[in-house]
Amino acid sequence: MPPRLDTLKNTEQELRIFRARALLALAVVMVLTGLLASRLVYLQVIEHDKYSTRSESNRVRVEPLPPTRGLIYDRDGVLLAENRPTYNLTLVRERVDDLDRTLERLVSLLDLPEEDVAAFKKRSRQRQRPFQPALLMSDLTQAQIARLAVNRHRLPGVEIEAQLLRYYPYARIMSHALGYVGRINAEELKKLDTGRYAGTHFIGKTGIERFYEDALHGEAGLRKVETNARGRVLRELGRQDPVPGKNLTLTLDTDMQQLALELLDGRRGSIVAIQPESGDILAMASAPGFDTNQFVTGIDVASYRALQQDIDLPLFNRAIRGQYPTGSTIKPFVAIAGLREGVITPEKVIHDPGYFKLPNDSRRYRNWLRWGHGKVDMERSLAVSNNTYYYSLAHDLGIDRLQRQLAAFGLGQRVAHDVQGESRGLLPSREWKRKRYNQPWYPGETLSVGIGQGYLQLTPLQLATATATLANKGDWVKPHLARKIGDAPLPDELPGTPEDIALSDPDGWDAVFNGMEKVLSGREGTARRTGKGLQYRMAGKSGTAQVFSLGQDERYNAEELAERLRDHALFIAFAPVDDPQIAVAVIVENAGGGSTHAAHLARAMTDAWLLEQGHMPGEDDSDDTAGDSAATARRRTEER
Amino acid sequence: MPRATLSRLLNRHPVRPPDSGMSRRKSLWENLHLDPWLLVLLLLLVGAGLLVLYSASGQRGDTVMAQALRFGVAFAVMAVLAQFSPATFFRWAPLAYGAGVAMLIAVELVGDIGMGAQRWLEIPGVVRFQPSEMMKLATPLMVAAYLGHTGIPPRLRHLTVCALIIGVPVVLIAMQPDLGTSILVASAALIVVLLAGLSWRLIGMFALLLAAALPLLWINLQSYQRQRVLTFLNPESDPLGAGWNIIQSTTAIGSGGVWGKGWFQGTQSQLEFLPERHTDFIIAVLGEEFGLVGMVALLALYLVIVCRGLWLAAGAQDTFGRLVAGSIILTFFIYVFVNVGMVSGILPVVGVPLPLISYGGTSSVTLLAGFGILMSIHAHRRLLPR
Repeated sequence: MPPRLDTLKNTEQELRIFRARALLALAVVMVLTGLLASRLVYLQVIEHDKYSTRSESNRVRVEPLPPTRGLIYDRDGVLLAENRPTYNLTLVRERVDDLDRTLERLVSLLDLPEEDVAAFKKRSRQRQRPFQPALLMSDLTQAQIARLAVNRHRLPGVEIEAQLLRYYPYARIMSHALGYVGRINAEELKKLDTGRYAGTHFIGKTGIERFYEDALHGEAGLRKVETNARGRVLRELGRQDPVPGKNLTLTLDTDMQQLALELLDGRRGSIVAIQPESGDILAMASAPGFDTNQFVTGIDVASYRALQQDIDLPLFNRAIRGQYPTGSTIKPFVAIAGLREGVITPEKVIHDPGYFKLPNDSRRYRNWLRWGHGKVDMERSLAVSNNTYYYSLAHDLGIDRLQRQLAAFGLGQRVAHDVQGESRGLLPSREWKRKRYNQPWYPGETLSVGIGQGYLQLTPLQLATATATLANKGDWVKPHLARKIGDAPLPDELPGTPEDIALSDPDGWDAVFNGMEKVLSGREGTARRTGKGLQYRMAGKSGTAQVFSLGQDERYNAEELAERLRDHALFIAFAPVDDPQIAVAVIVENAGGGSTHAAHLARAMTDAWLLEQGHMPGEDDSDDTAGDSAATARRRTEER
Repeated sequence: MPRATLSRLLNRHPVRPPDSGMSRRKSLWENLHLDPWLLVLLLLLVGAGLLVLYSASGQRGDTVMAQALRFGVAFAVMAVLAQFSPATFFRWAPLAYGAGVAMLIAVELVGDIGMGAQRWLEIPGVVRFQPSEMMKLATPLMVAAYLGHTGIPPRLRHLTVCALIIGVPVVLIAMQPDLGTSILVASAALIVVLLAGLSWRLIGMFALLLAAALPLLWINLQSYQRQRVLTFLNPESDPLGAGWNIIQSTTAIGSGGVWGKGWFQGTQSQLEFLPERHTDFIIAVLGEEFGLVGMVALLALYLVIVCRGLWLAAGAQDTFGRLVAGSIILTFFIYVFVNVGMVSGILPVVGVPLPLISYGGTSSVTLLAGFGILMSIHAHRRLLPR
């Protein structure tokens, strides 16, 4: 028996001690329970909102639904940019048993080149949210997909995921105008609206793809999903569908663009064709081009370096960024300048001894024909491309008036409505020279501008725009590449359209047009060989731009010069003269004289547009007739 | 409360229930040697626990059945132990204690290593056994038996013996290493000493000594133990690692609000954000699905059980019985406090299950064995000579 009964007193005392302590213990129990209860009140009542939010964000994941990028069509509905399904290899690490072994297997299955394996493995180790697939490789080939499918059971956690990838069916001929999309880089990411681009991997990098990025991209949707702690999606709680990007219809004509690139084949240069009435850019070619498709998934380093270091600069968009001296193609605009400022009339005749001399200056500014053209009026000045006439006219105008009048044609400014990365060119002025060189303007420099040399530098797009404005008799229409954004056509009057160019005597236009027509059709026309067999009235002007400056009285000898130092060949044209449907600017780098090396390219363009494509005015618009007339026209051409 | 009043109040408790006409005929419960009040409260607790477990296990009937079966065994153990007289426990205490210490030494030599600690002793094919679990009862029993023998309040030399009795198993368990259990064993035994009327002067001195020893203890902690303490102090420091448990459990409880999200509706619990949701952290499931109301109800139930236990302890026949009963019921409360405190983020994470709610057999059996001893002490009191 446990307690030997010592005394009753001891027992009573021990009982009292215990009961006192037990009561104390009960008090402690009460206090501690109260402590727990108050902690619970704190968590469940006072901080309830905070923990509710936290529990919701634990449970609910918002997944972005990227929109489908808008398609791009040419003016006739030819698809220029589409979204093709491609297949990506992804890996969910939580479902992979042995990562290293799986990777080894994949490398041998996919036949990966040695240098890609490291990057491939690195990508597989990137930190991700649990149960989120990590992208290992994009754009699998059919053979790779097949091999993966066969070995699927041995590769748990490896999945093939379909993704829409941009594809350009006419990548080589549309390269510069259309541009391309590429993966969003870190710098772009900083500027983007992350909500809108959540889930989007690609963004327009150049050209139309970049300029109309906003419309093409669309609006991202989202879905709310409930996930468990391991990130597995259990059900969809809500959904907001993405709004796909708008389809774009361009003003470009694939046939014209293709022709332009064929005409430039093997050369460096650019052809820009504009429909004067509408401002539609029908062709905007820069040669050589490149395959934009290889930029979509990311071009490999070697190919990119090859493109970058190519001496012909295939990545350079000459049509909008190439800045060239215009040579004599500036002369029609100088003539209009003279008429507007009233310093000359079409009838005024000057005598050309083969050179022009400034007062009090012994230097001779030479005509290209050393013995001179004799009596020259405005029409003849254009037809024979007389320099002396324009030295004199430029001198009479002075640089200030000349610069102002040329600027009215958009020269030296960004003229297009929706061309990404356009250069300004350079239309020199007194202020420009002071700022640039801190020197006064010398009268001799005005003469150079008058014949399209000296500081003057224009882009092919500017030259084509000025030609279109000329063809419109001064009515301005801003050139543009987009025709319709979604279903909405571009507004007729684009913002920032310059003021129309008015002549006090509208007959002045005809004088200039006649002169330009004689370039091709006149007995003395510089491009009379090109003008043979014309079935419509075509106006043009040749230009030969010096790359290599000659000293006074030096003779130019093409053979002696290295190819890259030869003159650029230029030609501007529009047709038909009485109702212009197309204006063209052609530049062929280092080709030599414009009348012999550029004029026929311009004619091929106008022929194609007017005859083959049936845009001759006054004819029945129906396709049959157009085709007939084009066929007839071709036959006629062949007969000659 | 003045001390005199207090004693008078305490002494009003019947050492022996007043004889009545019915004294000759024992009730059914008295024949079973069970306390009906405590039994009903415990069954209520276990029933509530099974409901929560059903939700916490992801509505798996088999888990609940397995647990119910374990409770069946545990209640049987309780009922059997209640049949023995306290004198038997008094007599067997030294033997159980000695055997336990021997087994702890055996574990140290040949024990299985599980979860980075040697805790299991196995006779292959027969039984797998955690001696430290048995020491949770054997140690306080031994201390109570000793102090019951020497009489209370304990003298200093008696305390030295007590320290030895407590120290040996505690150090052995801590060496496994299983700090959590060793602290629980130590506290169960220390409660006996405190209930025995350890003088306040000595309590103060020990407290000071303990405070001085804390840095020493810190140095000797295993790295995972230190991490637990550090994480407790700042759970956000490692939200995906060690802090995850606490962040998720407080989130579960807090998001439950006053009324809870409803049975099976707790997203934290059902979507597996809550770790250990059917074992150590099961109360967070209750908190999330039944809210503050459910939590307070559970705490109240525990409190009533503790009160009843203390009442029974106070009514025990002798010092040994009182000390043992008091220790058992207060240890029970410590489990509750430590578990709820840990899950709600006011105590560091230590592996203490919620008594009679958490899934798992060993702790339930130990706890109900304790309640069996408690009931025995209560039920056999009139059979004892005075």
